[in-house]
Amino acid sequence: MLESIWFVLWGVLWAIYFMLDGFDLGIGTLMPFLAKDETDKRVVYHAMGPYWNGNEVWLITAGGVTFAAFPATYAVMFSGLYSALMLILFALILRGVANEFRHQVENPRWKSIWDACLFIGSLAPALLLGVAFANIFQGIPIDEAGVFQGNLFSLLNPYGLLGGIFFTLLFTVHGAVWLAVKTEGELHDRSAALAGKLWIALAVVAVAFLVCTWFYTRLYDNYLQNPFLFMVPIVLIPFIAVGALVMLRIYMARGHWWKTWFASCTLIVGVTLFGVAGLYPNLLPSSINPAYSMTIFNSASSPLTLKIMLGVALIFVPIIIIYQSWVYHFFKDKVKTSELAQEEGY
Amino acid sequence: MDVLMLSRLQFAAATMFHFLFVPLTLGLSILIALMETAYVRTGDEEYKRMARFWGKIFLINFAIGVVTGITLEFQFGTNWSRYSTYVGDIFGSLLAIEATLAFFLESTFIAVWAFGWNRLSPKAHAVSIWLVAIASNLSAWWILIANSWMQHPVGFTIRNGRAELTDFLAVITQPFAMHTIVHTLSAAYILSGFFVMSICAYHLLKKQHTTFFAKSFRMGLALALIFSIVEVVQGHMHGAEVAKVQPTKLAAMESLWETTQRAPQYLFLIPDEKNEKNLVEFGGMPGALSMLAYHSPNATVKGLKDFPKEERPPVTLSFVSFRIMIALGFLFLFLTIYGWFRRNKLEESPGFLKIMLYAVPLPYLAAEAGWTLAEVGRQPWVVYGIMKTSDAVSPIATSQVFVSLLAFIGVYSLLGAVAFYLIISHARKGPQPEAVAA
Repeated sequence: MLESIWFVLWGVLWAIYFMLDGFDLGIGTLMPFLAKDETDKRVVYHAMGPYWNGNEVWLITAGGVTFAAFPATYAVMFSGLYSALMLILFALILRGVANEFRHQVENPRWKSIWDACLFIGSLAPALLLGVAFANIFQGIPIDEAGVFQGNLFSLLNPYGLLGGIFFTLLFTVHGAVWLAVKTEGELHDRSAALAGKLWIALAVVAVAFLVCTWFYTRLYDNYLQNPFLFMVPIVLIPFIAVGALVMLRIYMARGHWWKTWFASCTLIVGVTLFGVAGLYPNLLPSSINPAYSMTIFNSASSPLTLKIMLGVALIFVPIIIIYQSWVYHFFKDKVKTSELAQEEGY
Repeated sequence: MDVLMLSRLQFAAATMFHFLFVPLTLGLSILIALMETAYVRTGDEEYKRMARFWGKIFLINFAIGVVTGITLEFQFGTNWSRYSTYVGDIFGSLLAIEATLAFFLESTFIAVWAFGWNRLSPKAHAVSIWLVAIASNLSAWWILIANSWMQHPVGFTIRNGRAELTDFLAVITQPFAMHTIVHTLSAAYILSGFFVMSICAYHLLKKQHTTFFAKSFRMGLALALIFSIVEVVQGHMHGAEVAKVQPTKLAAMESLWETTQRAPQYLFLIPDEKNEKNLVEFGGMPGALSMLAYHSPNATVKGLKDFPKEERPPVTLSFVSFRIMIALGFLFLFLTIYGWFRRNKLEESPGFLKIMLYAVPLPYLAAEAGWTLAEVGRQPWVVYGIMKTSDAVSPIATSQVFVSLLAFIGVYSLLGAVAFYLIISHARKGPQPEAVAA
């Protein structure tokens, strides 16, 4: 029971991470295409400035919770996906310092270097997280000792790559919508238009991903074989995800950008939980032999640790959600070009 | 080189680089919080200008500390997967608690602070930097508890082929952890004080913004002085704790080969690790080591030869880093005490200011030496007495680690160079003129 509770929390933490950091990864990826001049770029940086750092901590927490609740999975997951994870980490470093360093020196070349770092540092994690999670959904080649028998290139299989493209589209739509929320004038119009175009690609890839998931993974088994095990809300997850994808389009067409963004949040959470629920009780299915899979039962921490951690999570995660929501609320207004001169920010 | 050696080098590079930035975050955040508090209390604009000036430098330093910290958490999984599996039940939960309790708070409110200068009331703005200061120190607290558990594992049992938690309270309240926390935080505050004093000295020597920098100097001085005293007194107690729980580290850092009653302390000593003796021993004070370690001049101190060869840490490195740390610790105490008497005549003390200007690398060196002693002195164990470092490493390809190590060295060197350049140029520029800041 404790293991299952932690499985749910594990999935929820990843979902929150993708939902939050997703939009700033998307913004970073889109900036070269949306920002026409220096003012636009500064607006784009400001649109994510107060949030990206706090968003990224959800990744640390998702990683930390994997370590705390399922240490053996943490060990196999990150040593197995060594190169992919290192690439993600270096990308996140570049992105983090780009946000901080860019405005320190008034020199166009200096700024363009950091803009390039932001782009690479945003696109690479979006793509690689998608590749990584698609591979987890599909199963990775781990042997009975938990040793990964593949390499970075074996992760770049068709389904893995499709997952990468899917995540990148999810995040870029999410980011474009956020820019539409946070900006005004031409930048807003361009973001809105791009969000519309990307949505079409996203819808196509989402359908392709759902279909391929049928052929490449065993995720649906959980939905089909164990309908009783899964309570109604879990069966609803795929429908909520599809519904959110549709609502995203409808709100977008009506120009309700905050609602569009919430629909996009729901979509990302829905997609993540759809995959995670399909994994249960696996955390890392083995593609060599299902018996070698890392499950919540063979990799969980001791009951005492799980209990203590549950206490910590139940007290502090709501507190974090409250103060982070306050921050989102506090900086909710559109970024005005007039405030760029006030020298606020990192 | 094999995966083990490469992974050790990578972890050493990553942690040592990370710790070039962490201490300043811990101390400078408190100084800035004090400046903003003074601004709220007195309404004196100069305090606000101080907070803004030091705040800019703080943010550059903070950013590197954060991004280099993220990679560390994942390296336990990437490079030390057997360690993670074996002790994750305890160690992993401490890291997760750190993220939930502290890192979130720090990362969220640093942005509120940075973007909130014109949106928040001065009071609310001061509160946000206090939250950052408290959270970053709390974060250090949890990480040091985790490290202390590796130094002195308590509150666990070996079950199901791994270490399992049995007593959480014992883990988070053990004396070794409390010593490590006081010791490391004090070092961080000394470093922050010296950092501030160095930049102030630069401007005071140039006779520019003198009241601004004399004020900042005194704040840095007070912080460094208080914690230099704490460090020297507590460092002694910390050493005694090491003697109690890590006898091999004590023997290595003192380069004591034979078990000795009334063990002496030498003024000067050169270890000869190969031949298991000391090449030169000079100025021995009989019983001094016994006194320091066990509070009795007649106590017996165990020598390295009484431990199996494969359980001894590298002696020369432990010994040298220990001496560097100790010597510098006393130097900081003397410099800050002297500074205290000159605090109101700084401009008439160019010699002292010059020393303080150039002294800034020393606390960094002391901090790195301290960590070298703590970590190298613990070898060959990754968890003292429980798990060897060689058993902790991941079953991964050498080439992977080789490439990632090169990437770490490349990326971190660039980051370090850029941060150094930015911090120096901001520090040289000095505060904004009053009219703009107001």
